[in-house]
Amino acid sequence: MKTFIALAFVLAALTGCKSTKEPIYYYGSYNAAVYAYLKADELSIEEQVNMLEQVITDAANKGKAIPPGLHAHLGMLYFESGNTTLGTSHFETEKTLFPESAHYIDFLLNSAKGA
Amino acid sequence: MLKIKSITCAALISILAGCVSPPPAHDYTAFKEADPHSIIILPPINNTAEVIAPQSVMTQMVAPIAESGFYVFPVAVVQQTFDNNGLSVASDVHQVPTQKLHEIFGADSALYVTIEEYGTSYVLISSETAVTVSASLIDLRTGAQLWQGAARASSAEQQNNSGGGLVGMLVIAAINQIAETISDKGFEIAAITSNRLLSSDVYNGLLYGPRSPSYGQPVPSEKKK
Repeated sequence: MKTFIALAFVLAALTGCKSTKEPIYYYGSYNAAVYAYLKADELSIEEQVNMLEQVITDAANKGKAIPPGLHAHLGMLYFESGNTTLGTSHFETEKTLFPESAHYIDFLLNSAKGA
Repeated sequence: MLKIKSITCAALISILAGCVSPPPAHDYTAFKEADPHSIIILPPINNTAEVIAPQSVMTQMVAPIAESGFYVFPVAVVQQTFDNNGLSVASDVHQVPTQKLHEIFGADSALYVTIEEYGTSYVLISSETAVTVSASLIDLRTGAQLWQGAARASSAEQQNNSGGGLVGMLVIAAINQIAETISDKGFEIAAITSNRLLSSDVYNGLLYGPRSPSYGQPVPSEKKK
């Protein structure tokens, strides 16, 4: 009984710290996709796009928020694969979710138009 | 029974002991006054022989900054912008006037990162993968330094888990999940270093940003004053 109480105490101590820190965002394989892009040696752009689309699907199913930068990164991948419609749409989503990005996203959209 | 009890007590004490005798607390006065909402991670300067270190470190810095409550600029998109403008060398990027960076990105602040150690070293009986990083956060509107810090993490800690405290243990637990998808020890350790350096929940880390539920509340090193 004493052992049980002692163990319960330890568990309470550990879970107490854990429950207060629910992550703000769902990342899934976001950082793996970014790393793969920067290394540019293993995964095709299409595979990277699929990884990020999967993160978005999983986050929606879990009711979690998409981390900053994910939609912008995905938009860049779509632009690189020639899909300017989806590229623009993900850039716009980044702006909507994170108005802090508006200035930079507009810069990118203007550069894309000029190119 | 007594034995189990004393082990339990020892475990609790060792968890708490991680917090004993901390280094001097940061002065967050300038950070608070500037109240940055967004952070751009500039391409890190690499003082190691490992060419992949900058890509690895800047990728792993995104999550701890985002979880601290700041908008983090997409590191690969930012890298592209620098490359397209003839700034593919990190030390050149670090020389760009802060005002100019603010003009292009609209970022409130920038993280200037230097990688001091990255990779695996082989010593007599075992190998160790370690990542050491230093960084400073600069207000791009004024050029003022808001925060600076340095951190190290090593695979040797996982084998002999004495330091790091509870946060370190939890981070290691989280990292083990990532390790299942990527077999890259340096990338794995870079995540621990980044979290230890930047997280608002870590002693002398960043403040809580506007997107954190803890925004405006004291960070760990402020509580200990």
